[in-house]
Amino acid sequence: MDLSFSKEDLAFRDEVREFLATSLPADVKDRCDRGLHPTKEGQTRWQKILNEKGWMAPNWPVEYGGTGWTITQKYIAAQEFGYAAAPVATPFGVSMVGPVIYTFGNQEQKDYYLPRILNSDDWWCQGYSEPGSGSDLASLQTKAVRDGDDYIVNGQKIWTSYAHYADMIFCLVRTDSSAKQQEGISFLLIDMKTPGITVKPIIGIDKEHSLNEVFFEDVRVPVANRIGEENKGWTYAKFLLGNERTSIARVGRSKRQVERLKEIAKTERCGGRALSEDPDFINKLTRIEVDLMALEFTELRMLSMIANGKQLSAEPSLLKIKGTEIQQRLTSLLVESLGMYGAPYEAERSYAGRNEAPVGPDYANGPMAEHLYLRAATIYGGSNEIQRNIVSKMVLGL
Amino acid sequence: MDFELSDEQNMLKNSVERFVKDNYSAEARAKLADTELGFSRDHWKTMAELGWLGMPFPEEVGGFGGTAVETAIMMENMGNGLVLEPFLSTVILGGGLVAEAGSEAQIEAIIPEVIEGNMMLAFAYAEPQSRFDLNDVETTATKSGDGYVLNGHKAVVYHGTTADKIIVSARTSGDSRDEDGISLFLVDNNSDGVSRRDYRTIDGQRAADIEFENVKVGADALLGKEGGAFPVIEKIVDRAIAALCAEAVGAMQAANNITNEYLKERKQFGTPIGKFQVLQHRMVDMYMEAEQSKSMSDMVAMKLDLDDETERRKAVAAAKAQIGQAAKFVGQQSIQLHGGMGMTDEYSIGHYFKRLTTIEMLFGNTDHHFKKYAALSS
Repeated sequence: MDLSFSKEDLAFRDEVREFLATSLPADVKDRCDRGLHPTKEGQTRWQKILNEKGWMAPNWPVEYGGTGWTITQKYIAAQEFGYAAAPVATPFGVSMVGPVIYTFGNQEQKDYYLPRILNSDDWWCQGYSEPGSGSDLASLQTKAVRDGDDYIVNGQKIWTSYAHYADMIFCLVRTDSSAKQQEGISFLLIDMKTPGITVKPIIGIDKEHSLNEVFFEDVRVPVANRIGEENKGWTYAKFLLGNERTSIARVGRSKRQVERLKEIAKTERCGGRALSEDPDFINKLTRIEVDLMALEFTELRMLSMIANGKQLSAEPSLLKIKGTEIQQRLTSLLVESLGMYGAPYEAERSYAGRNEAPVGPDYANGPMAEHLYLRAATIYGGSNEIQRNIVSKMVLGL
Repeated sequence: MDFELSDEQNMLKNSVERFVKDNYSAEARAKLADTELGFSRDHWKTMAELGWLGMPFPEEVGGFGGTAVETAIMMENMGNGLVLEPFLSTVILGGGLVAEAGSEAQIEAIIPEVIEGNMMLAFAYAEPQSRFDLNDVETTATKSGDGYVLNGHKAVVYHGTTADKIIVSARTSGDSRDEDGISLFLVDNNSDGVSRRDYRTIDGQRAADIEFENVKVGADALLGKEGGAFPVIEKIVDRAIAALCAEAVGAMQAANNITNEYLKERKQFGTPIGKFQVLQHRMVDMYMEAEQSKSMSDMVAMKLDLDDETERRKAVAAAKAQIGQAAKFVGQQSIQLHGGMGMTDEYSIGHYFKRLTTIEMLFGNTDHHFKKYAALSS
């Protein structure tokens, strides 16, 4: 047992730090640090910088443009990105559909889509959830009916993050209604400009627009855009969800949040002294810090298991549950730390174009928006209750 | 960065596992806890023969030079079976203090005897008013001729009854809460002026409150520098805390396994109660607490021998706080999930609950260590 990182790993960490210090655009970093949604332009600009460096897709095999990093290096990079408020690449392309394409797609699909994902030529979104299919995803109803070389797609997707930015959507559709739920699903790649697709915004509790409904009305999709076999889509979807659960602990980001809290608490006053000297505040922050430390070493312990060739089952669900709980406690305490200045709130989209700075101290711009948005963290990616079901079944055998 | 055990460490783990399996069935443990002594001298001999009692001591004095990781491996597996022998009191605390602060003569006189299993030790540090503060010492040691005279009251001295020698913290100078001015003394348990009230603790172990009334000791009883014992005490108590954290992990894992099995067996409304989602999710929370605790216990074992003292102390405080919290949760919920069965003395789960409850308070409870961590971080 040994906690120290090798010389090579430490050198790698320095390289990542150096890169982030010199290459991460200040405006992109500022939004990320505040916990604000990325802009399409800023996120794309940053991803192109990452691609130029060759760091766009750490998890991909080298032959498709991956970095060839060891699992420890991937961990180190994730930590450094989180702590430096460097946005990770939007997950829908590089983390979700990319691995599905290189694992199950045909040569033509690989050749066309993978370089475009790496270079952020296409903004992807995820067509999974439907109004009637949330945690019970396999009950989805959107239909695709074969018509010559096309499918004709009809139905509706919901909670589609950034569909209004997207060039492409990967979609689960029902191609056989008579089969058992999981066995009649196919996985399609659909161009968002195809006639018959309508995107309708859903304004979130943060008053911002990141979520959408996507409607499909007689949308023609070439059969060539299907991944793998017809009716085998559930297999590919499950593979994707498995990928989604790793690296979800977000320890680096949460460490940065702890630091922000400490900075704010030095300035804010409470009972005639700095908030940072208030015993109740100290107690809350300390409890989060210690839980975060436990999560950090749990992630490292799992990493060590993987590096030593052990197979994990549902252990990563623990990282998701604990990680998201900590993220929410942090944003909640951030808002708390603002005192009355937690209340003034104007969504960015409502004052776009105005010259006024947001109300209150500069650090008050962000925490509430993130606090609101991150309530979704325990819901998305398989809600924390679903994660508990998974652990219960896979690990505890209940 | 590696959490895997070496081959030697795996052998040690297997050896402790086997010992627990062979000697610590729930029935055997209950019987042993009920004896006058509260543990088995035969087991103690076995532990000596297996080399466990010498594990953390340097090779020069006949030990095996093991690190905190070896201690954690032993403690975790002993925690699994709620082992009763005074390993923590004698080897980690008592032996640790002697090895750390003792003169060559003291080390030579004591450590080999400990390793052989011939001598037991206890550490009398707490006092009725001190709660968890190691620096709060009102017991006094006054210079008298070549030696010292001890007066004071030490509280809840684990294994104080069976210890041949008691290591006592006493004030040789300063005010009652000063860190400076605390000294350690080796006192024979049968010295004149030592009176003990022996009793049982809720976790099946034995402890004593000890009064020292004009207890005369020689100059050779002083362990380490006069007035300079505090850093030594803190260091060794940190090691004891790390060991206790590992024991808690073993006990939590066992409690969870027992509870998980019970959920599969116990039927109500025609179905195993483990099919009820509300109980599944509780069980998952208990599992997660134990896993987080395991990570913290491994972390602290690896950080214990760090040169950076603040880093070490923060790691210890964080681990004890997190594990104390987890121990309470797992202990209490495993009773709840057992229903009425959990309330019986006969069934094993209650014994895990009780040991986990005392671990939470020993060497500072969760609140104490959260405060300590906060103070170290600011």
